[in-house]
Amino acid sequence: MEYNDMELMICLASRYLEDDSIVVVGTGAPCAAAMLAQKIYSPRLMIMFEAGGIGPLLPSMPISVGDSRTFYRGLVAGSMPEVMETCQRGLVDYTFLGGAQIDQYGNINSTMVGSEYQKPKVRFPGSGGANDLASFCWKTMMITPQDQRRFTENIDFITSPGYLTGPGAREAAGLPPGSGPYKVITNLCVIGFDEDTKKMKVESTHPGITQESIIDNTGFGLLWSEDLTVSEPPSEEELSCLRNEVDPYRYIIGRL
Amino acid sequence: MESFNEYAEERKVTYKPAGGGRIFTNPDADRARAYFRDQKPRKLTEKVTTIQEVVNGLVNDGDYIGVGGFGANRIPTAVLHEIVRQKKKDLGVAGHTATHDFQILIGGNCINRCDIAYIIGLEARGLSKAARKAVESGAIELTEWTNAALTWRYKAAAMGVSFLPVRCMLGTDTGKRSAAVEMECPFTGSKYLAVPALYPDVGIIHVHRADVYGNCQIDGIMVADLDLARAARRLIITTERFVPNEYIRRDPARTVIPYYLVDAVIEVPFGSYPGNMAYEYFSDEEHLREWLTAEGDPESYASFLEKHIYGVKDFNGYLDTIGGLKRLQELRLQENLVEK
Repeated sequence: MEYNDMELMICLASRYLEDDSIVVVGTGAPCAAAMLAQKIYSPRLMIMFEAGGIGPLLPSMPISVGDSRTFYRGLVAGSMPEVMETCQRGLVDYTFLGGAQIDQYGNINSTMVGSEYQKPKVRFPGSGGANDLASFCWKTMMITPQDQRRFTENIDFITSPGYLTGPGAREAAGLPPGSGPYKVITNLCVIGFDEDTKKMKVESTHPGITQESIIDNTGFGLLWSEDLTVSEPPSEEELSCLRNEVDPYRYIIGRL
Repeated sequence: MESFNEYAEERKVTYKPAGGGRIFTNPDADRARAYFRDQKPRKLTEKVTTIQEVVNGLVNDGDYIGVGGFGANRIPTAVLHEIVRQKKKDLGVAGHTATHDFQILIGGNCINRCDIAYIIGLEARGLSKAARKAVESGAIELTEWTNAALTWRYKAAAMGVSFLPVRCMLGTDTGKRSAAVEMECPFTGSKYLAVPALYPDVGIIHVHRADVYGNCQIDGIMVADLDLARAARRLIITTERFVPNEYIRRDPARTVIPYYLVDAVIEVPFGSYPGNMAYEYFSDEEHLREWLTAEGDPESYASFLEKHIYGVKDFNGYLDTIGGLKRLQELRLQENLVEK
C-alpha cells in the first residue's frame, strides 16, 4: 500500500506507545500517533493534555491542547497543575515534542533563531509546556522532518532539554535521573540515543532511503546502530485506521 | 506598581537570577497579604457591574494582567476587547499559552512586557503575524518561562508564599532567560530552580456560572484558573449566565472560585467567543482564520479591528458583526455534534 511520509512517521511512532502507559501529547502528529496506538496496539494507553484533559475518548483531532475534545468523555477534566505535577512526580512515561532545531543530544529549540535574544531573526512561540515535559517525562520522542537546517550542530537556543552536553549533564543540572530523549522519528529514519555518548544513533532507515541521504540531511555526525535495520512500513491495518478513524479529514496526514 | 528591582534594592535582597530575565511583579507575600487585608471585599455583597465600568475602574495603564482559560478556550474576550477600546497602555501580561487573548491585546498595542511561556502562535492554527512583528521589534520586554513555571508561580502566590522550588527549566536557555534562581534543597541537597510568586494586578476569568456575589462554577478543565483567581490582587469575572445564590448553595463542592476572591462580576453570554467554551459552543475557526489573514496587510488589519472592536460599542456589537445569534447557534451545534 502506498503511504506518505507523515503516515509513515505516525505509524512508526504509534508502535512505541505500549499498553497501560501514560503519554502527554499536543495537537497534530503526536496526537494522531497516540490515537492510532490506542485503536490498534494499546487500548488502555492513557492520553493526557497539558491544559488538564485526562483520559478522553477522543472523538476527533483536537485543534487546541485545551479545547473540549481533550476531555471529551474523559476520566478527569483536570487542570494544568494536575497534569504538570503528575509529570514532575514521575508518573508519565512518554511525551512528544516538536521544534525548529534539534542537536545531536536531542536538545530542542522552539524559541528563536538568531544570535541576539532581544532582537531575534525569527521568534517562535516559546516553550509552552515543552520544556516541562522534556524535563519530567521518562521518555521524550520527536516526530519531525529531517534536514540540515533542523538537525544542526549548534542550536540557537535550548528551549527544552535533551541530554544537554552529554552523559551525566541532565543529572548535573538537577533534572530527574533516568529521563531524557528516547526516539526521533523522521521522514528518513528512526533515531535512538547511544547509551554511552548520549548522541543520536540511527536505528533503522526507511524503505528506499540511503545512508547517504540521511547523512546529507543532517548537520552533525550521526552514529549508526550495529543492528541497523529497515523500518517496518505501515501495515494495511494501521493505514486504514489512520485514514478512516483517526484523521478522516486528513488534517494531519494531508499536511505534507 | 513598584518594580521588583527597586524593592530588592531597598530591602537589600541579594537576588541572583540564573539569567537575564527581569521579574515584572513583586513576589513579596507580606505586601500581598497587606493588600488582601485592606483591599479585598469580605462582604457577601452584590458585585454586578458592566464591562465598560470594570475596565475603566479596575484596569490601569501599566498594570500586569493574568488572563484565564487557555489561549482560545474559555477566555474573557469581552474584557480584552474593552481594554483595547479604552486604549489601555503599557500592560504586562502572563503569556501562559496566550494565543488569541494575546493577539487581541497586540491588536490594541496594549502590551510592553510579557512573561513568556507560549505566545505568538495559535497552536494548530498557525502564527499571528502581528504578534510576531511586535515581539521581534523589541518593543516588548520579555522574560522566558514555561507553562508549568507560570502555573506554579501563580500557585506560590495562591499559597501565600513568595516562591516555589521546581524542576523544569534546569540546564536550558529557557532557564537562563527566566528570572528563576538556582537553589539547593535544605533536606536532600537536590538542585532546584526557585520561581517567584506571581501576583498579577488584575486577573480576568470567564466562567460558566456565577451568582451576583461572585461565587463561580466552571465546567471542564480548570487550566491554571484556580490559582490565578487566588493570586490576583483584583479579580474580574465574566460569566455565561447568572444563577441564584441558592443554586450555588445546593452543590457547594462545585464552587471553584469563592466570592471573597472576586471584585466584579458581569454576565456575558457567549463571552469566550471566538474561543471554545466547553459544553456551550465551539471555537469559531473561520473567524480566527480571518483574523490571522487580516494581519498580513496593514490596511486590511486596521479595517478588521475597526469593524470588530473599535467600530462597535460593546461585546454584543462585536457578536452582531460576526453573524449574531445565527452564527453562535452554529457553534453551539458544533460543540454538541462533536462525534461528527
